[in-house]
Amino acid sequence: MNEKNLKKKSLEYRKTILEIIFQSGAGHTGGSLSCIDILNVLYNSVMDISPKNFPNLDRDHFIQSKGHSVEALFTVLCDCGFYSKKDLNTLNQFNSHFIGHPTKKVPGIEHNTGALGHGLSVAVGLAICKKIDQKNNKVFSLLGDGELSEGSVWEACTTASKYNLDNLIVIVDRNDLQITGKTEDVNPIEPIDKKFKSFGFETISTNGNNISDLLYVFQHVPVKENKPTVIIAKTTKGSGVSFIENQINWHHKVPSKDEYESAISELNEKLNSYE
Amino acid sequence: MNKIGKPNLEVFSETLLKEARKNKNIIVVTSDSRGSGKLVPFGKELPNQIIEVGIAEQNLVGVSSGLAAGGKIVFGVSPASFLTARALEQIKNDVAYSDLNVSLIGISAGISYGQLGSTHHSIHDFATLRAINNMTIVAPADNFEAAEAIKQAISYNHPLYIRYGKKPMMDIHPPGTKFKIGKSIVVKKGEDLTIVATGETLQRAYLASEILKKSNIYCSIISMHTIKPFDKETFIEFSQNSKAILTVEEHSIFGGLGECCASLIAQNNINVKLKILGIPDEYMINGSQADVLDHYDMSPEKIAEISKDLLNK
Repeated sequence: MNEKNLKKKSLEYRKTILEIIFQSGAGHTGGSLSCIDILNVLYNSVMDISPKNFPNLDRDHFIQSKGHSVEALFTVLCDCGFYSKKDLNTLNQFNSHFIGHPTKKVPGIEHNTGALGHGLSVAVGLAICKKIDQKNNKVFSLLGDGELSEGSVWEACTTASKYNLDNLIVIVDRNDLQITGKTEDVNPIEPIDKKFKSFGFETISTNGNNISDLLYVFQHVPVKENKPTVIIAKTTKGSGVSFIENQINWHHKVPSKDEYESAISELNEKLNSYE
Repeated sequence: MNKIGKPNLEVFSETLLKEARKNKNIIVVTSDSRGSGKLVPFGKELPNQIIEVGIAEQNLVGVSSGLAAGGKIVFGVSPASFLTARALEQIKNDVAYSDLNVSLIGISAGISYGQLGSTHHSIHDFATLRAINNMTIVAPADNFEAAEAIKQAISYNHPLYIRYGKKPMMDIHPPGTKFKIGKSIVVKKGEDLTIVATGETLQRAYLASEILKKSNIYCSIISMHTIKPFDKETFIEFSQNSKAILTVEEHSIFGGLGECCASLIAQNNINVKLKILGIPDEYMINGSQADVLDHYDMSPEKIAEISKDLLNK
């Protein structure tokens, strides 16, 4: 998919994220908006994952370790044809599988996540499996920056390095904020790149809300043979909606009707500039 | 007199090696536990079928889940204590909730580690795992059950936890016995009381029944090797037709075999006496597995004595 269409999709996706969170009355607005460009590029330009090949294991894999940003993932999977918008609109309704964290009951979801610090070990297991089976598919995993305080993340890193998992691509959604405040105030995690490097990873930093930058970076992974790669994607929490950007209280705030309408009109204006 | 066999842990590793030779899809994951898991020969013979993650139980369970998601038949092997406490959240979410084909093997289970103390004992594992949906819990008693559990695990296709101890176990079951996960084995039938045991305490219950026979007291002995799903039908049938029920387990008296039986008796309005033997809720005494079980009234002699008391004989 060309860059212009991806940029338009990112705006449309933001509208859908806000719509489903507004309609259902719950959701992780800030984190979903920060990682949406990453998911957009991954599903539409990088990964070999589709509703058609999903039941088959000879494809790429995606584990969203920061499960709470599920509204972004649900939005992209819906657009990719894994289920209908009508199904997505059951988000948070009684007895719906579309809930606040990913579950495999929803088509296209690879693994049940939500408790932080779990996804990377699972991705490492999948990547080892690909190596054993001598398959060339890649395994991608999206982690939050606050999540990096979980010790199990670093346990997984040691194994990724030991088994030379150059088929493992980790993306850190570096939006600088977590539920309590700035990551560096809550529990400092910098220097992220040096930490991953010392655990045997190749690291790349990029602008995680810039489609061109993301396309470029994903074309250049893995960086080195026999080494796992981490992309530290600098993002803005709440990216794309001026009054939501960088606001701690938008971690899981639901927009009011006025806020929702204002956000949609801001996004529509940006979309119009592409016409 | 029944023959003393091997430690169940050895039977586990020998059986797994035999099966893994035939099935390259079987992958073992260890956390610096191949020595204590008796998996050194496995590692030497099938180095491409063993993944070592170091001392990192959470990672062991996560990596096992990923391998299973990729289509492997996975055995995650780690000391029962660390596996089921340290990595409980990974078991809950990555294995059970995600419904993956991972068999978690808790080695040196119960109080097998003896004088190493409470950090190394797993007398909580039945209780914690019973409360997790989609977990199957198996505690094999003798070498036969130990081997059969592994053979069935290979085609089980769902989350499974099997615990193994490390002392040689007496052969209880005669040739031709059938083993099925979820279905208890009636070792013997007697009209007076029923002793229900799980795992390595079965041989103690069995020896107690031999002592009782000398006093003309006849026991039924049930090997309740699967703690979940529980074989309710067999248990209810025996509790309706016995004068008393005695349960024996190498586990806390909270949340294990005994309380499971108590719940069934109460909820099915069965009028039968019940006594639960296990590790009481206290700072556990130090000693070998055998001495500690004896101390907490689980010697064959004491089980026999308590059985007589239950029957007012």
